[in-house]
Formats: sequence, C-alpha cells, structure tokens
Amino acid sequence: MGELLRSLVSSVLDAAPPLIFAALGATLSERSGVVNVGVEGMMRAGAFVAAVAALAMPTPLAVVVGMAAGALVASVHAVLTIRLRCDQVVSGMAINLVMLALGTFLLEALFSSPSSTPPITQLPGWAGHPVTTWLAFALPVLVHLALTRTAWGLRVRAAGEKPQAVAVMGVRVGWLRAGAVLASGALAGLGGAVLSTATLDRFEHHMPTGLGFMAVAAMVFGRWTPLGATAAAVFFAFGDALRISLGSSAPGLMPQGVLLALPYLLTLVVLAVSGQRSAAPAALGVAWDPEVR
Amino acid sequence: MIELAHLTKQFGGVTALDDVSLRIDAGERLALVGENGAGKSSLMNVLYGLYQPDSGTISFDGVPTRLRTPAAALARGVGMVHQHFTLVPTLSVAENVVLGHEPRRGLGLDLSRARTEVAATCASLGFELDPRALVSSLTVGSQQKVEIVKALHRGVKTLVLDEPTAVLTPQEATELFAVTRTLSERGLTVILISHKLKEVLTFATRIAVMRRGRKVTEVSPQGTTPEALAEAMIGRAAPVGSHAPATPGPVVLSLHQVCSQGLVDVSLELRAGEILGIAGVDGNGQRELTEVVTGLRPFTSGVLTVAGQRVDRLDPARARALGVAHVPEDRLRRALVADLTVEENVSLGRHTQPPFAKGPRIDFAGRRARTLELVNANDVRPPTPTLRGGALSGGNQQKLVVARELDAKPKLLVVNQPTRGLDIAAVEAVRERLRAQRLEGCGVLLVSLDLDEVLALADRLVVFARGRAVATFERATFDERLIGQHMLGVAHA
Repeated sequence: MGELLRSLVSSVLDAAPPLIFAALGATLSERSGVVNVGVEGMMRAGAFVAAVAALAMPTPLAVVVGMAAGALVASVHAVLTIRLRCDQVVSGMAINLVMLALGTFLLEALFSSPSSTPPITQLPGWAGHPVTTWLAFALPVLVHLALTRTAWGLRVRAAGEKPQAVAVMGVRVGWLRAGAVLASGALAGLGGAVLSTATLDRFEHHMPTGLGFMAVAAMVFGRWTPLGATAAAVFFAFGDALRISLGSSAPGLMPQGVLLALPYLLTLVVLAVSGQRSAAPAALGVAWDPEVR
Repeated sequence: MIELAHLTKQFGGVTALDDVSLRIDAGERLALVGENGAGKSSLMNVLYGLYQPDSGTISFDGVPTRLRTPAAALARGVGMVHQHFTLVPTLSVAENVVLGHEPRRGLGLDLSRARTEVAATCASLGFELDPRALVSSLTVGSQQKVEIVKALHRGVKTLVLDEPTAVLTPQEATELFAVTRTLSERGLTVILISHKLKEVLTFATRIAVMRRGRKVTEVSPQGTTPEALAEAMIGRAAPVGSHAPATPGPVVLSLHQVCSQGLVDVSLELRAGEILGIAGVDGNGQRELTEVVTGLRPFTSGVLTVAGQRVDRLDPARARALGVAHVPEDRLRRALVADLTVEENVSLGRHTQPPFAKGPRIDFAGRRARTLELVNANDVRPPTPTLRGGALSGGNQQKLVVARELDAKPKLLVVNQPTRGLDIAAVEAVRERLRAQRLEGCGVLLVSLDLDEVLALADRLVVFARGRAVATFERATFDERLIGQHMLGVAHA
C-alpha cells in the first residue's frame, strides 16, 4: 500500500505541472474577461516549439522559447477577440484546430515523421523531479498575489467584472485584456513545453492530448481563482496518476479503455457537479466597445 | 472655461450630435435637459473622452484639446458620474475609488493607504461610507455616493452628473442636491443631465435644452417655466394626462402572506378597474412580485388568487389562460424577439389561436390583418408588419408590447417599468393606454422605480422594502416624503 501511495504521489508530481500552468493561464485570461478555450492550441505550440528549439539550444532556454510561442498564438486570440471583437469561444476553438493541423504538418515537413520529433536532453531535475514541477507549486502563489495584491491585478479583476468601470477611470480595457491574454498564452506554452521537455524528451503528435481542455475545466472547478484552479489541476492529475498506478499494479481491475478515459471522465463528472456559472467574472466573454450604447 | 464647438457624432448612420456648441463657465451649475436620445449623454461622453467626435473641437481655457480617453479628460479635471453606475460590485469601495491610479508600495498595491485616503475624501464630503464595504452590499444611494467620491478623489474641477436621481428616493435626491450645491459653492463646476424639470429649475444656474442631437436653446431658470421647458424639449406642447376617479369592481388579484425567493409574507389586493402602484427602491421585491403573479417564479407559501381562482401552482401559460397579461421591465429580454418581425412578435403567446393560426398552420393573412389593426390603433411607427422588432425605437417597441398584451383582453395587467427609456410622447401614450384599461374594468398592477410615475397613475400604492409590503397609501393621502421614508425603511409606522 505504501508502495502504491508513493508511486501515486510521484505520478501526481509529474502529471500536475502542465495542467497547473495551463489552468493558471486560463484563469488570468478569463479573469480579465476573455474566454480562453484556445489553451489546448497554445499548449501544443509551446510543446512543439520547445522540443524543436531544444535541438539547437539548452533545454531551459528552449522552454522559454516555447512560452514565447504560446504567447504568439495568444496574440492572435487577442487581436481576434479584443481588436476585432470576434466570438471568443469560436476564436479559441479555431486556434485549437489550426494548431492541431499545423503541428502535424510541421512534424512531417521538418522531420519527415508522423509521430514525433527527435529526442532531446530533458530539463534538469531537482530532488527527483524536473525543476518545472517545483515551479508549478510556487507559481500559483505568485499569480494569486499578482491578482489580489497589485494594481495590475485589481485592474484585471475589474476588467473582467465591469470593463466600463476600468475605462471611465482612464485605463484602456483593450490593452489590459491583451496583456492578460498574452500572459495566459505564455503560461499555456510553458505547460506544453513541460510535456515535451520534462514529461517526455520529445514532441509527440498527440500532445497535449486534451490537457488544455482539462485545464479550462480545472479553472471552472477552481472558481476562477489561481489557488482553486491549482487544487483542481492537482485533483485531475491524481486521476491520471490513478490510471497509471492501477494499470500497472492491478491489471485487469477494469478494462484498459475505461482506465485510459478515467481523467476525462473525472473532468466531466466534476464539471457536472460544479456546473454553476456564478463564480465566473460577470463580463466574461463580452467584447469591450467603449462607444457601445 | 470649457468650450465645445460644432461637435458632431454619428453612430452607424444615426446622428447623435449635430453641430453642437456649448460653453461651460467655471463654477456654474449648468443643466442639460432633453428627452431620451436627444444627445445629452453623448455630448458629455465626448467631453469625458469616452466617445470620439466625428468633427468639432473641445477647448480648455481657449486651448483646443483632443480627448482620446477618459484619462485625458480626468487630467484636465473633468469627472463624470454615469447614469448606469460604473462600479465593480465584487470590489470594495476603496478599490473602486482608487482603480486606475492606485497607491503603490513597491510592486504591490497599498490597500491600507487607499482606505485611509478614500476615508478622508468621504469625510470631506460628509459621506458616511465604509471604504472596506463591498459595493454590492451598498444601497443604490450609497453607490451613487461612491461614484461621486470616485470623481472628486481625483481632484476634478468639473463634475458631470448623468441622470443622478433616476434611481434615488426623494430623500436621497434631496441629499444629493444639497451636497452638490455645497461643492458648487466651494468652486466645483457642475453639469447636470436630467429630464426632471422640477429639479433642474431649482438647482441650475443655466439651462441648455437639447432635441434630436441639437442644442435648441439656452435659458436661465428665472426666465422659464416647466411647461416652456417641456415644449422646448419635445418641440411642441406637452400632453398632460388626467386622472378620473376609480370605480373598483371585484378582486382580480389577491395575495395572502405569500412568500417566495425575494418576497416575505406579502399580502395585497387588487380590484378590477383600479391601478395598484408598487413603489420601492430597485431590488426590494418588486420584480419578484411581478414574476410570482405572472407564473414566472414559484411561490413557496401563502395563498394566491388570480381572477377569482385560488392557484397552488402557476406557470405563464396558466396565468395567461386566467387572463393575466404582462408587460415586463426588459422588453428585449422578455417581451420581444428582436430578430422576429413585428407580426411574428404580435402573435407570440397566442400563436396557436385564431387569428394567428388555422389548426396547426400559421394563418398568414389573419396575422397580417390583426397586426395592421394593432399597429395602426396604437400608433406604432413605422406601421410595417414585416419589419424586425429590433428595428423599432424603444418607444414603438413598448407600444407594440402593450398593444399585444391588451389585445388578449386581460382581467389583470401586470406592468413593470412601462415607460423606462421612452420619450415624453411615448410615455404619455403608454400611460393613456393604462388609464383606458382601468376604465374598461381591468385591474392594473403597476411597478415602477419612478415614484412620480406611480404617483401619477395609481389609485392605491403599496411600498415595498426588503421583499415586504411595508405600507399602503390611498390616492387621496399620497405623501411623497412619507412614502420615501417607507422606501428607505426609516419610517416609524
């Protein structure tokens, strides 16, 4: 039993960071009032670009490049939803589809491989886990403090609840939201980069395998707060760890298919239970137009 | 001195401001009057940097200035209290006030300094506001004070108040004007946007009248009368309604100790041929009352009798079958479908009955004929059955909704905020329909946040506070002050 527990904790520590980073990203964007279901696509961009960059530079630097890639994809989302006032959900889904196709295409075009990039040196570890794992437990506190204890955080929260209030006080809502969306993309990119440089040592064609959507679910379950979203992400990662542990320690306990679907089923169940929208920012999904009457 | 010169602004082909010029002298109390849509708010939003004018200039002390954002206007000492509050309900008073120019300590926000400074500003204005209180926990009157604090905390020299009394009780309004007058005497320039002529005449030192995007005249309060002002606002003599005595018939609605979410032990009675007005500050159970009576909201206990029938459970279809008609407060959410045509909207609710249907099929000819009858009889303009409902102006939308609801020959008519956002002519048209309905023997339950409206129309009046019916007044004994005290919950019964 102690063996199972230890392997469970270890698995959670490996599986949670990508989810935590992405969930923090989603939280930032949505607290500013911009729906971000494009987290999946931004993670994919981060995972791919980091894995490719790591072929030519030290892996930690490649992770930063991966974050920049996530932010770049997020900038498209920002332009579409803030500048052009497109539907925020549609824009996010479009980003996911484009990133899915682009990743597969580039894999084939650059590496003539349908499945993965060449192996790279993994991120260095500390105390048996990649450095990003430890970062994943420090960052939520930082994001929490940024949102609740800084002027920027106050403005972001206000923009998500009542953008008019921010605008009449002389702050530009569009730029404020754009900043939050870019930060969101960088965090999602970080989550993706962890998958390809820490969890594995390469980009695989299916990454991030729905983790971006789970991150959005974690944000909802965590009531749009950094700490809540982190706790929810850890909970989902636990579901994933359970899958791995049960698969190896108790084979035949349940069909392999059900086991594989476990984290996703858990996500569905949690969303169904926590289905209230009341915790969402009031102006979430509403484009800001200062001259609207 | 601020000078607005030849300002023009269009919104998607609609001219909101048409070559408007206006001078604002330092220290004066200028009132901007006009009907809804006359361009008062648009003009001030241009001055506040929220709207960019298509042409024209704004000068401060003779220096032409472009105000690209509210920050630019604030930097020149212009502050504005908007009609629809721009407060974040989930934040505290202090956080709302310092938003955009937060005191900092290192990287962080210095909330304790913010609280101290905001408390000092509140004290200098004589406002009792707790900087720590969440805005969502404040009354509407207090929220308005927060708005004023927000502007004055930034040291503005010119304060624009957009319809400040629209949501206030008479007491709160009196207090607001007292404070504003004091500020004015200390040198603040005040611009008051309003369509309430009484308050304008007592408060302003100069009055500018706007109509359809143009400034039509400027007058001094000494040199004019409410009638003359109203005429300048609408371009012709204002219609006046009269109130014939009521001849109450049988009870068409009775509530006995009805409770629901938002309602506590409400008992009231409404007879055929009378208008029962419900007065109260927004959010004190009025909406819940109309929803219970129209079957939109379940009640948890008590006895509800509609049109002589005791009902244990009510849904909107049952309510309609019993003869209840409903003119809700938010027409585009609950009364009209903006993307359906006028005739489709007219058939809603009765779309399975003649003349709107023949068996399972839509009766296109019958629907067209009835729609034409209704729009012509009710002066809905333009009288085009195939027009999108959303393309009508607010006043015409409301006339259409009222026409549809009355066409069902109701025994009980429930109306909530029937004239909100309408111009004077449409207001009088709607009120006239309500009076006519009463004379025809319909019972009218009238909810309005505009106390003047309730006083003008109701035969009896019930005051709501915190979900309870706290006081009843007969028309002969209407007492604005006492009613206001009950609305605030400070009256001694």
